[in-house]
Amino acid sequence: MDAIFLQILNGLDKGSAYALIALGLTLIFGTLGVVNFAHGALFMLGAFCAVTLQKLFSLSYTVIDETQKDFLGNPLKVEVSYLEGWFGKDLGGALADWSVPLSILIAIPIMVVIGFIMERGLIRHFYKRPHADQILVTFGLAIVLQEIVKYFFGANPIQTPAPQAFRGALDFGVLVGFEPGAVIYPFWRLVYFLFAAVLIGAVFAFLRFTTFGMVVRAGMADRETVGLLGINIDKRFTIMFGIAAAVAGLAGVMYTPILSPHYHMGMDFLVISFVVVVVGGMGSLPGAVAAGFLLGILQSFASMNEVKAVIPGIDQVIIYLVAIVILLVRPRGLMGKAGVMEE
Amino acid sequence: MTSSKFTRRGLLKTGAAAGAGLAMPTIFTGAAWGFTNEPTGSTVTLGFNVPQTGPYAEEGMDELRAQQLAVEHLNGIGDGGMLNTFSSKVLDGTGILGKKVEFVTGDTQTKSDAARASAKSMIEKDKVVMINGGSSSGVAIAVQGLCQEAGIIFMAGLTHSNDTTGKDRKANGFRHFFNAYMSGAALAPVLKNAYGTDRRAYHLTADYTWGWTQEESLKASTEAIGWETVKTVRTPVGAGDFSSYIAPVLNSGADVLILNHYGGDMINSLTQAVQFGLRDKVVNGKNFEIVVPLYSELMAAGAGENIKGVFGSMNWNWQLPDAGTKAFVKSFGEKYGRPPSNSAQTCYVQTLLYADAVTRAGSFNPCAVAEALEGFEFDGLGNGPTLYRADDHQCFKDVLVMKGTENPTNQYDTLEIVEVTPRAQVEYAPNHPMFGGDDASLGSCNAGA
Repeated sequence: MDAIFLQILNGLDKGSAYALIALGLTLIFGTLGVVNFAHGALFMLGAFCAVTLQKLFSLSYTVIDETQKDFLGNPLKVEVSYLEGWFGKDLGGALADWSVPLSILIAIPIMVVIGFIMERGLIRHFYKRPHADQILVTFGLAIVLQEIVKYFFGANPIQTPAPQAFRGALDFGVLVGFEPGAVIYPFWRLVYFLFAAVLIGAVFAFLRFTTFGMVVRAGMADRETVGLLGINIDKRFTIMFGIAAAVAGLAGVMYTPILSPHYHMGMDFLVISFVVVVVGGMGSLPGAVAAGFLLGILQSFASMNEVKAVIPGIDQVIIYLVAIVILLVRPRGLMGKAGVMEE
Repeated sequence: MTSSKFTRRGLLKTGAAAGAGLAMPTIFTGAAWGFTNEPTGSTVTLGFNVPQTGPYAEEGMDELRAQQLAVEHLNGIGDGGMLNTFSSKVLDGTGILGKKVEFVTGDTQTKSDAARASAKSMIEKDKVVMINGGSSSGVAIAVQGLCQEAGIIFMAGLTHSNDTTGKDRKANGFRHFFNAYMSGAALAPVLKNAYGTDRRAYHLTADYTWGWTQEESLKASTEAIGWETVKTVRTPVGAGDFSSYIAPVLNSGADVLILNHYGGDMINSLTQAVQFGLRDKVVNGKNFEIVVPLYSELMAAGAGENIKGVFGSMNWNWQLPDAGTKAFVKSFGEKYGRPPSNSAQTCYVQTLLYADAVTRAGSFNPCAVAEALEGFEFDGLGNGPTLYRADDHQCFKDVLVMKGTENPTNQYDTLEIVEVTPRAQVEYAPNHPMFGGDDASLGSCNAGA
């Protein structure tokens, strides 16, 4: 029982990441009608916003310490952080410690701008082209972005730890009546789940309760009519692209303490996120979120030794099996609507 | 008084026959008969097939740095590095057999098919005589097979699976790097001293040849010191998030987690194991411990403070005090501003060993080179006296048991040497069951064209 409970918790944080990426994918698909294969790269770029801030915060100058030797026997060059020099050891150290959450502040504008440039500079030229062309160009873009990141940051994963305060694990089992130590759950994964829930809530509230959101929803339902009403829907859709990029980016920023960022991480999430979108139903925002969590949890369950003992290798294929079953039973996905991608 | 049955005529006959016999391999496979990519001009080309993209790219880049340095030293550029300490003195900085050494590089992408394709292109298009490098056993076994078919010498880079010189051994393939069995043999006594004999181990294993053989080796060596294996679980390579594999460890009753992961996978699984509080856990009245049987400096740097106090093993480390290591670290450090990794060292050494064997054989013919390498004993290349065993083309030398440094003094101070395990402790019979048993065979050398 405790093992099942633990796997549900495990699935929640993975599901949160899937849901956030799939939400952005669906936003872009629903508004602009573009199948954006570069969306995983946006997740990765978000993660590298955190890496960049961490690197900026640890920028340092060199002091030669004659008393110590380096690996070649020369006097040791000791790195002293600028931050600690400027703000003192306490504040400087705390800023560096909190670099991941602080990255949110820089990631939002950066990701919105990247999304804006991507949409205006490249993707808008492909609106009237077939989906295959859109997939090719966005996939190519993803590879280019990936290689740029690799050029600057190298290929190895880079450690971006959570703040000291969140590094431990919570004995979650005790809270719900299990034995101590039975259900241990890292603090940061809990933070990630809560963060994802808030972010998803914020996106839905924005679309639901603001005039801007209302227009965008109207545009998603019938672009032409909204255009005929004299509303510049294209401009709003461009902004939505920026928002979708920011959502993916923030998902990436906060995921860095869970998975050390590396240039290829976006691709790893992209394929699963597309399955999530298809299972949830193309164009359905609640569907994307529900399917994200559903598949995250199912994937966790499939990794249990008890399950693998019955069906070996199930952890590798569960997501695709579920996708096949759902598409056979509900061809439009869990919450898909008629007419989307069916013309 | 003893009477000899030797007559002058008999002695001449025997001598001639023996001489002809000894000369046979060279006569049959020598220049007159031709071999793949026989160098005819004033240069000879070596092929360095390393991961330049993909999850092991960082290891590949370090291998390439070392290979470039080896070529410089062979051509007489720079301070000569390990050429000054190598026990064989036939290399004099004038290339190989008087031919200037050139090289081409290929990208294995850490994928067997991509690695074979780039090796094939280097053999057919660039006419390389030898291929060196790589950072995965899956890749090494694939490329070794290709080199065997093509009639090229394969000097393996970082490959730690028992199979490379076990059931998949090939006459044209040679491995300087140590293997999973040796890691198990070296680690077990250290683990016994540190954690005792009453332990319950849980393995998470990368699901490919290297992971399987390391799991098998560690399982055998830890069970031999009295440990119990609770469970072995295979994980997909590049899984990223290992939390769903780590969570079941919590309630399994295990008190040691053995991570048969490498590269980015190891960085992630170790980090996540620490996040799940495994290292703070007390099970069966003992502190929960994590073991990473195969370490690399680049991985250690990536894992940060999570590796502190974690035991593992290595083929070589830049902190070794011998003259060969010092010479190599100096050359490498001055050129690149960082100490070399153990994958860099194995590629550097393999390139020198190939050049040396060609020079001693007096020919680039792969069969002559293989013969010169087989049973070759040498020293001065960083691991103490080393033997290239003829039976399976595996090098036998001391193995390092490492531990994550508790109080690092600089960015390269990530691992410390706990013990240099003597060669005798990690030796095994060529027909050991973990290495293919009696069925394993090198086959015969292929000189190609």
